[in-house]
Amino acid sequence: MKDKVTNVLISGVGGQGILLASEVLSEVLMLAGYDVKKNEIHGMAQRGGSVVSHIRFGTKVYSSIIPEGEGDILLGFELLETYRYLPLLRKGAKIIVNDLKILPPPVTLGKETYPDNVQAKIQQAFPDTLLVKGADLAKQVGNPRTVNMALLGAMSGALPIDNQLWTDTLRCMVPERFLEANLEAFTLGSRAALACS
Amino acid sequence: MKRTMLSGNEAIARGAFEAGVKVASAYPGTPSTEILENITRYPTVDASWAPNEKVALEVGIGASFGGGRALVAMKHVGVNVAADPLFTLSYTGVRGGLVLVTADDPELHSSQNEQDNRNYAKFAKMPMFEPADSQEALDFTRLALEVSEQFDTPVFLRSTTRISHSKSVVEIGEPVTSLPDTSIKKDPAKFVMLPGNARKRHVVIEDRLHRMEEWACQQPFNRIEIGEGKIGVITSGVSYLYAKETLPEADILKLGMVYPLPKQLIRDFASRYDTLYVIEELDPFIEEQVRAMGIAVHGKDILPICGELTPGRLKKALTGKEDVPFHAPQEPLPNRPPNMCPGCPHRSVFLTLNRLKAFVTGDIGCYTLGFMEPLSAMDTCICMGASIGNATGMAKVLNAEEAQRIVAVIGDSTFLHTGINGLMDMVYNNSKATVLILDNRTTAMTGRQENPGSGYTLAGDPSYRIDIEALCRSVGVKNVTVVDPYDIDHTRTVIKAEMERPEVSVVIARRACMLVKRDPVKRQAALKVDAEKCTGCKACLQLGCPAIEWQPDAGDKGKAVINPLLCCGCGLCPQMCHFDAIGGHSEG
Ligand code: SF4
Ligand code: SF4
Ligand code: SF4
Repeated sequence: MKDKVTNVLISGVGGQGILLASEVLSEVLMLAGYDVKKNEIHGMAQRGGSVVSHIRFGTKVYSSIIPEGEGDILLGFELLETYRYLPLLRKGAKIIVNDLKILPPPVTLGKETYPDNVQAKIQQAFPDTLLVKGADLAKQVGNPRTVNMALLGAMSGALPIDNQLWTDTLRCMVPERFLEANLEAFTLGSRAALACS
Repeated sequence: MKRTMLSGNEAIARGAFEAGVKVASAYPGTPSTEILENITRYPTVDASWAPNEKVALEVGIGASFGGGRALVAMKHVGVNVAADPLFTLSYTGVRGGLVLVTADDPELHSSQNEQDNRNYAKFAKMPMFEPADSQEALDFTRLALEVSEQFDTPVFLRSTTRISHSKSVVEIGEPVTSLPDTSIKKDPAKFVMLPGNARKRHVVIEDRLHRMEEWACQQPFNRIEIGEGKIGVITSGVSYLYAKETLPEADILKLGMVYPLPKQLIRDFASRYDTLYVIEELDPFIEEQVRAMGIAVHGKDILPICGELTPGRLKKALTGKEDVPFHAPQEPLPNRPPNMCPGCPHRSVFLTLNRLKAFVTGDIGCYTLGFMEPLSAMDTCICMGASIGNATGMAKVLNAEEAQRIVAVIGDSTFLHTGINGLMDMVYNNSKATVLILDNRTTAMTGRQENPGSGYTLAGDPSYRIDIEALCRSVGVKNVTVVDPYDIDHTRTVIKAEMERPEVSVVIARRACMLVKRDPVKRQAALKVDAEKCTGCKACLQLGCPAIEWQPDAGDKGKAVINPLLCCGCGLCPQMCHFDAIGGHSEG
């Protein structure tokens, strides 16, 4: 019998720190003893395009691509880019989404409009949705570049990984001078998630 | 053994190090770029950027002929550039092992075509390994170098975007210890490919392929995985993973080497099944060879030939069933295409070309995004270096008035890659077109790699910086002008004057990429729109700067605002505004 593979997606806008978040997540999962595959198309990532990273883990994982309708968890760094990838999720999937809108070029140019009530629509289709105020958390830390760690922290409770392993991994992966701020953001994120559950 | 997460590209770099590779050379190209960048972690390897893929391969050939192991890496279309030395290298064979990594891009995530480079293996009569994950990427790189020496042949390693950029768990190994010494060894019958010698070598290659074909039938990289015994699947590379996921009950012949094929192994395997599939991405490369052996298979009669294979597409082809999303948004969503960065030095050049109604023969780089709205000022894009030749040809067939509108636009790295040859032709044959070199001091599109015009090597050591003006003058261009693209009026005046000039001229728009790695560009404080003064004329929107946002509900007609998190204060938009509404650095 095939063991169940868990499918995690991280989506957002190029430049938001999605690649680092997905690197940390896959490293943690590997250290926890899982087989892990991670993939994203990152050629355009630094130029503000839509980015989605697929992370799959379990006893044995073959393909790195998550099929439509099979995602278990989605961590969204931006509202529209969370909404866009809902078709990848299964019924009852868990969503952790950053309370942020970044307008795409056709919208800033006044040619198209940003969809209304994105947050409500996400929550309606997926009741297990947690809205995280990433910018506020990063502000508490005093470094706006720690939003990605706060979001990762907010997702950490949904994964079978103990807290110590997260912290140890961050210590290895984040450069010394940003480490304390990132650890703090991670902790604030995980507490914010706990407070809502 | 140490377990670690590596991308396919990182694993290839590690494999090269473990195999004792002495020289690695490449030209950056998605999805192959990170191979060389990662090799710089291993100081035992001499790794460098070449100006183009042909030179990269020639450097690798030299290293091999001196007895050292060599790795050369490029994206799929790069092999087209390197094809000339490649086909003859197949005849000479090697001394030190030589592996050529071709990173293909099914689905064209970041390319101008989706050619299937497995065809090159057959065409050039060279063996090709195809890994399915990062572990195999490492193992097959080592193997390829051994096989190269064992059979006296260059060897292909084919990756695809999903291999190169996916990460998976890898057990890394130890570097090999005993490698032959490097030295000069004369062997003209092998290394000098004049007709008399080459005729004899051709016989050697045909024999080599036959020997490899038999040998491959007993090698562990071509393996059979037994399932329920009803359906047989022949597959390789990333398609193997999709096959395992979609048909877990099938018996699978997984090919690690896709050329030459292990014919006897395939015959024995095929004879056991009524239903046999060849599951492969892009061309029916394995399928056609299997059919030519007289074996009936299903392949491209049901599988797509265009685009990537994904588990979803494979499932649909095999079962007719589609993956169904549980929930999909009902309304059409605005796209989020990539865009030039705020403060990108290319932006004003395309604005100018648009206003001058130029017909722009374009090239490959970040600036290819200049074709998008609202700049809409790139009209052709074929391959690296093509813009200049394209301009020459177009100007030849047009009347004088229209010929004046033709402008070739090319980046610094692309110009040094193969653009310079086009410029020689332009001068030599007296073209009337204009060339614009966008010199942003880096190879930006692939992630800011160094090039001979950037003044640094791959390792980051300072090096000679090619003087592009002097280079253009030396091939006979009389009119060479340098402009700062942040000065819109001056840039426009110069480009207009040079377009009107009925002879070759080169305009170099020079300013560093916002993200350049060395001598980083200083961001200025963000600018601000004064809502009182803004009339909502939308002139600033024509720049297409992602930091300028349109607020339709502000004022009577709407107003522009600047997003202070994105704006880098480049100062272009105030030059667009006739109402003096943009200025003053915003506080904080
Ligand atoms: S990476 Fe550099 S060249 Fe490319 S769009 Fe950004 S600023 Fe322009
Ligand atoms: S160009 Fe000036 S006046 Fe016109 S929309 Fe922009 S800021 Fe407003
Ligand atoms: S100054 Fe204007 S054009 Fe330049 S980055 Fe800021 S908003 Fe964009």
